Amino acid sequence: MNVSFLLIVPMLTAVVVGLAANARQVKLFALAGTILQLLLVAFLVMVFLQQPGYNQPGAILFEVSYAWFAPLHINFHAGVDGFSVAMIVLTSLVVLAGVLVSWKITLLPKEFFMLLLVLSAGAYGFFISLDLFVQFFFLELAVVPKFLLIAVWGSGKKEYSAMKLALMLMAGSALVFTGLTALYFAGAPGAQSFDLVHLGQYKIPVQTQLYCFPLLFTGFGVFTAIFPFHTWVPDGHSSAPTAASMFLAGISMKLGGYGCLRVAVYLMPVAARYYSPFIVVLATIAILYGSFATMMQQDLKYMNAYSSVSHCGFVLLGIGMLTRVSLDGAVLQMLSHGLMTALFFAAIGMIYDRTHTRMLGQLGGLLRVMPFISSVFVLAGLCSLGLPGLSGFVAEMTVFMGSWPRQGTLYRVSTILACASIVVTAVYILRAVAKTVFGPQDNPVYADLGDAGWYEKVAAGLMGAGILFIGLLPFWVLRFITPETTHIIQQAGNAIPLK
Amino acid sequence: MMQTFFSLARQELALTLIIFTLLFIRIGTEELSPKAIINLVNGLLLLNFLLGLLPFPGGMLFNDMFRTGALQATEKNMLNLGMLIISLQSYHWLLAHRHLAECYILLLSSLLGMFLMISAGNLMMFYLALEMGAIPLAALVNFDLHKRQSSEAALKFVISSAFASGLLLFGISFFYGSTGTLVFAELPGKLTGNPIQLFALVLIIAGFGFKISAAPFHLWTADVYEGAPVAITAYLSVISKGAAVFVLVNVLYTMMKPLSASWYPILYVLSIVTMLTGNLFALRQTRIKRLLAFSSIAQAGFMLAGISGSTREGMAATVYFILVYVFSNLGAFGVVAVVSALTGKEETSDYTGLYTHNRGLTWIMALSLFSLAGIPPLAGFFGKFFLVLAAAGKGNYSLVLVAALNMVLSLYYYLNLVRMMFSGKEGTVPLPAITLHRYPYAGLLICVIGMLVAGMAGSVYGYIFSISLAG
Repeated sequence: MNVSFLLIVPMLTAVVVGLAANARQVKLFALAGTILQLLLVAFLVMVFLQQPGYNQPGAILFEVSYAWFAPLHINFHAGVDGFSVAMIVLTSLVVLAGVLVSWKITLLPKEFFMLLLVLSAGAYGFFISLDLFVQFFFLELAVVPKFLLIAVWGSGKKEYSAMKLALMLMAGSALVFTGLTALYFAGAPGAQSFDLVHLGQYKIPVQTQLYCFPLLFTGFGVFTAIFPFHTWVPDGHSSAPTAASMFLAGISMKLGGYGCLRVAVYLMPVAARYYSPFIVVLATIAILYGSFATMMQQDLKYMNAYSSVSHCGFVLLGIGMLTRVSLDGAVLQMLSHGLMTALFFAAIGMIYDRTHTRMLGQLGGLLRVMPFISSVFVLAGLCSLGLPGLSGFVAEMTVFMGSWPRQGTLYRVSTILACASIVVTAVYILRAVAKTVFGPQDNPVYADLGDAGWYEKVAAGLMGAGILFIGLLPFWVLRFITPETTHIIQQAGNAIPLK
Repeated sequence: MMQTFFSLARQELALTLIIFTLLFIRIGTEELSPKAIINLVNGLLLLNFLLGLLPFPGGMLFNDMFRTGALQATEKNMLNLGMLIISLQSYHWLLAHRHLAECYILLLSSLLGMFLMISAGNLMMFYLALEMGAIPLAALVNFDLHKRQSSEAALKFVISSAFASGLLLFGISFFYGSTGTLVFAELPGKLTGNPIQLFALVLIIAGFGFKISAAPFHLWTADVYEGAPVAITAYLSVISKGAAVFVLVNVLYTMMKPLSASWYPILYVLSIVTMLTGNLFALRQTRIKRLLAFSSIAQAGFMLAGISGSTREGMAATVYFILVYVFSNLGAFGVVAVVSALTGKEETSDYTGLYTHNRGLTWIMALSLFSLAGIPPLAGFFGKFFLVLAAAGKGNYSLVLVAALNMVLSLYYYLNLVRMMFSGKEGTVPLPAITLHRYPYAGLLICVIGMLVAGMAGSVYGYIFSISLAG
């Protein structure tokens, strides 16, 4: 299968949506396009699993390469491995769900869905590209649609949030850009290249690694809310319209994690080991700070946004620990958090659409009037606090199991602190669930509210199924991930032996 | 001899032909309608552009005063295309203007000067062509005679332009004094890097600094851009700057090559100062022409960064960036020109809620601004990436980091304008629907297509690389 289809389908859908005559057609075309995406991705998974050697470390399948800027050795080089396939599946699910939850949008629907589709194309492009220039292209492609989605369709202090998000993400990509140019010139004259495969085989000089790694890791880290560059997350997520919040938290933050692991750690293993204490410390701060900050929130969206900072901290912790199992955990956490947060934002959006408030103090007893939405809310909450059987448990457990073997007081203490943060998570999740879903119903207006429509049910069902799937069949998912993490650890050479 | 003359100087001859046609029309007894003149000029410019796409032989003319080749021909053709776009976009302004033919004659004379400057093979020729390009502009800046602000702008332009010419001439005379020659081809062999030559180098770079409005020689830019009619502002910021950058690259990469260790630090500092000045001042502007003026100063900083790379990649990136810049900046100026000509509005706040009634114009403006900001998939992204990549070739990543962070800085004001256009505020009345003649429409469309194609089609860069010199 030619992976370029993953780009062509959303772009074509965006064009078709642009040509649609009325709002109804716009929605139908967008839905058809995203369903097509999902089918295409399902087909990709099928053929991927049939390929011999798909589970070999470092195997890249369905490679395509077209010359783009030949004098600079820049090619459109794309292909997938298990890691990227997992991310692509996540993207297709969240995008389809995002289109569905936006079904009732009235303000400029055509532009809204076009931007959403461009965003999805950017995410697919990022995950399939094997040339760092192309990858950077897609990383930046996604910034402006996010800005517009928040600035135009958002709520609250949307202009401030949109600008903050765009500038911080662009600053992140400015660091990535600087790191990339340095990597490019690390090659021999005449053989300079942005090609990931090429650079992976090439031993990058230690000096270059030591100053490139912080640039690239921090740059990608901004996307995944590395402390102290996480401040765009609460504002951005809470001002964004529901579908954009889902996309931001579900996919966009994963671009950062993917980049940290795939580009920074994979290409510069020596520097990764050198800087790993710093990463672990920052990740632990993010985990603790995020969960304590969440406790103090009254606005449901802010709550989920701060808890995202905390959950993405687990991704960084897993990466920082640099064992194969911890990397597995980091990737699982990326998938789990993507689905869980998107589901959470969807549920909050559905509640907000009906009650017009997101404040904990004003909500209560929703289970009686909207049983489906409330159940979804509870499911997402339980996943977030790590209930066994759901994806959150599997992912965090794997991170902890991978972190413990790493010797050293710092690593031990960080692991213990991160484990302890789960208690805090339980506090805020249970409090929010108790207050919103159960509890007394004070406001008589809420008594007449309706439950979810078909489109919301399908959207929630998709992500809920994903959460359960990862939670119940984690080893099936790990079949995709482990070859890649093994490869990265092999690249790192002297990996810490697992007990 | 005649045959080579006609084949080598055919772009200049074509322009001269258009100028003389207009002159004859002007002094002839029968008055041509303004529409007919515009049709004629646009048609001839298009023809000239298409002829310029034909393969071009290289060669020298007039005792090596004039030299040309594929690179020069392509550069001139880019400027010619830019001129055509400006002419198309300014249709509404031109049509309403009493002195339409004179406007074209002056514009094209200036363009002819730029063409000759690009082809100059001798410092004397270079200076003459430069003046020929600059003097008609002084009249053009003041072309809206009833506006006081235009007169002020014109005077500022004359003084700063004369000052820049003085610096250049001073530098040229020092070079002549220390080497005894003015011919480009002979100069590199005679450059020793003695203090007098270094002083001359500094003077010449300062003179160019005025022309491309690099900080700290940028002080005239915002006022002149604001005072001049939009068409002339567009010409100044794209064609005039582009031509000066082409010549600067050429001069530094060929003639001044032996002194590259001396000019690299100068360009490094100028580039950083220019980017920062342009972007920081642009943040606070409330008039759209001033905003674009400061943004074009910042863009000049990026060009200087690319030039400082002094490799073949550096030259290719600079020339490529000018092409990209022609489309992006003219896209933005085109929208401003149309809005200004048909509604008279030139404040940024007038663009609030533009999307309500003018969807097409808003998208074109937004795409142009994204391209200027360097957002993919538009050509500006590739242009800036390659410029900075060329700068990084020196191994000095501080310039890369500053440039990259400047892109973030510039994003603020570009995005702010885009946000205003799309969202609008309560209490403000958005501009009414603007209906465009097919010419401005075509001009804007060329820009959009250019922004998309010049970036995504790698062969455009490939072609420019193939004709660029090894540094």
